Amino acid sequence: MIEIRNASKTYANGTKGLNHINLTIGQGEFVAVVGLSGAGKSTLLRSMNRLHDITEGEILIGGKSITAAKGKQLRMIRRDIGMIFQSFNLLKRTSVLRNVLAGRVGYHSTLRTVLGQFPKQDVELAFRALDRVNIAEKAYVRADELSGGQQQRVAIARVLAQEAKIILADEPVASLDPLTTKQVMDDLKRINQESGITTIVNLHFIDLARQYATRIIGLRAGGIVFDGPVSEATDERFAEIYGRPIGKEEMLEEAAV
Amino acid sequence: MNTQPEPANPPLSSVVRPKAPGKIKHYLTLAIILLMIWGSAAQTDSTLKELVQGFPNMLDLLREMFPPKWSYLDNIAEAMLETIRMALIGTTVGAILAVPVALLCAANLIRNRWITYPARFVLNLIRTVPDLLLAALFVAVFGLGPLPGMFALSVFSLGLIAKLTYEALEAIEPGPLEAMTAAGANLVQIIVYAVIPQIRAHFVSFTLYTFEINVRAAAVLGLVGAGGIGHYYEVTLGFFEYDKTCMIIMFTLAVVLIIDYASTKLREKLL
Repeated sequence: MIEIRNASKTYANGTKGLNHINLTIGQGEFVAVVGLSGAGKSTLLRSMNRLHDITEGEILIGGKSITAAKGKQLRMIRRDIGMIFQSFNLLKRTSVLRNVLAGRVGYHSTLRTVLGQFPKQDVELAFRALDRVNIAEKAYVRADELSGGQQQRVAIARVLAQEAKIILADEPVASLDPLTTKQVMDDLKRINQESGITTIVNLHFIDLARQYATRIIGLRAGGIVFDGPVSEATDERFAEIYGRPIGKEEMLEEAAV
Repeated sequence: MNTQPEPANPPLSSVVRPKAPGKIKHYLTLAIILLMIWGSAAQTDSTLKELVQGFPNMLDLLREMFPPKWSYLDNIAEAMLETIRMALIGTTVGAILAVPVALLCAANLIRNRWITYPARFVLNLIRTVPDLLLAALFVAVFGLGPLPGMFALSVFSLGLIAKLTYEALEAIEPGPLEAMTAAGANLVQIIVYAVIPQIRAHFVSFTLYTFEINVRAAAVLGLVGAGGIGHYYEVTLGFFEYDKTCMIIMFTLAVVLIIDYASTKLREKLL
């Protein structure tokens, strides 16, 4: 469970990234965060695993405050939160398998991981994770030789191997074409349903948000302007989130044509 | 007199143009540079006349240098090997020491300015000392021989490799580092998984490049008594045995060319 209590972020230059956010996300939810670029979607997501620090308020992950955590404590909380990025962020010049095993570093001693001596169960776990996203045959290929969609699936496998309880996906399909977008979103949805992993996805396209999420959160200027089930997220409500009528740019199906 | 017909397009002057930037800055820069060159020449008493007058001496020297004394090769082969060994060990030690120093300098890995700034300051300090001066200092401490030469080259290599590596470190893609951080990795794990694969080829390339430079540097370190072939330059020049000097120069040139060529080819393959 994620609890965000009155979180705000003010950048050094005075810009408000987040503005008094209060939010509770339950176990197993599939949440889509929508809003214009610059609305604070990425900041919100990155504050949940503290890739960004908030300047006010508190964020609790499974009852533990990540805001107050330090050193080992912080790393243990992060270990339970997998992250997927727009630009995949795989390790360059490194095999797919090692990329997936990299998700396991939080479970072992520094020496063991530096030497690359992962236990057999970990390698097995990594292969099963790759299999779940249908890419096990690429295990020994260098990650930077894969296509964008394949790279993103490796990133999902990494999160699976990490045995994360929460997945944060920051614009996971923004650099993919419509077909691979569907594959990646399907993978995320399936994993959410099969394993009950809480999934929070930043999305630009509202039709994707409606199709995959169970709950939609709309952000505008760092504040929450909509929070409800998909059935309530009508075009009119989206127009409020975006501050203008919904156009083609917000629809994947139409933008792709 | 403009006899050409007016172009069909509307004249450009219909567009409101911003004021074109003046050229005065360029002329002034040129004037200052020329002034500095002329000033330097005047202060050091270097004139074209002296160059022309010295020309016959140069020809004399060249005449004495040729033909080179080929048999001298036997005497200097061992010294040349020593030169290469010095360069090899100096580069290796420098490269190993450069790794932690470069990491301490990289602001994207060490977020604390109280560490990165002093580390960079020390690095810059090391790099301001010329290798020949370093060798002279180490000769004063450890006595004559190749050992002080190796120390000098180690310090020099450390400065160069660490500088190049930390600049490359700061230019690596931050994405993989972010992904490792998000997975709960500590700093050592982040470095091993996300940094080293991105920097490895660059580091090897910088080390090879430094080795090239070190072979050349090692060849003159003997001038201050720090071992290698440089010692023979001093001896042969001192006895006016220019044919032997010429042999040394040609031998050095050949070795440096071969090493440069091999190293360049290797580096091309790496990057």
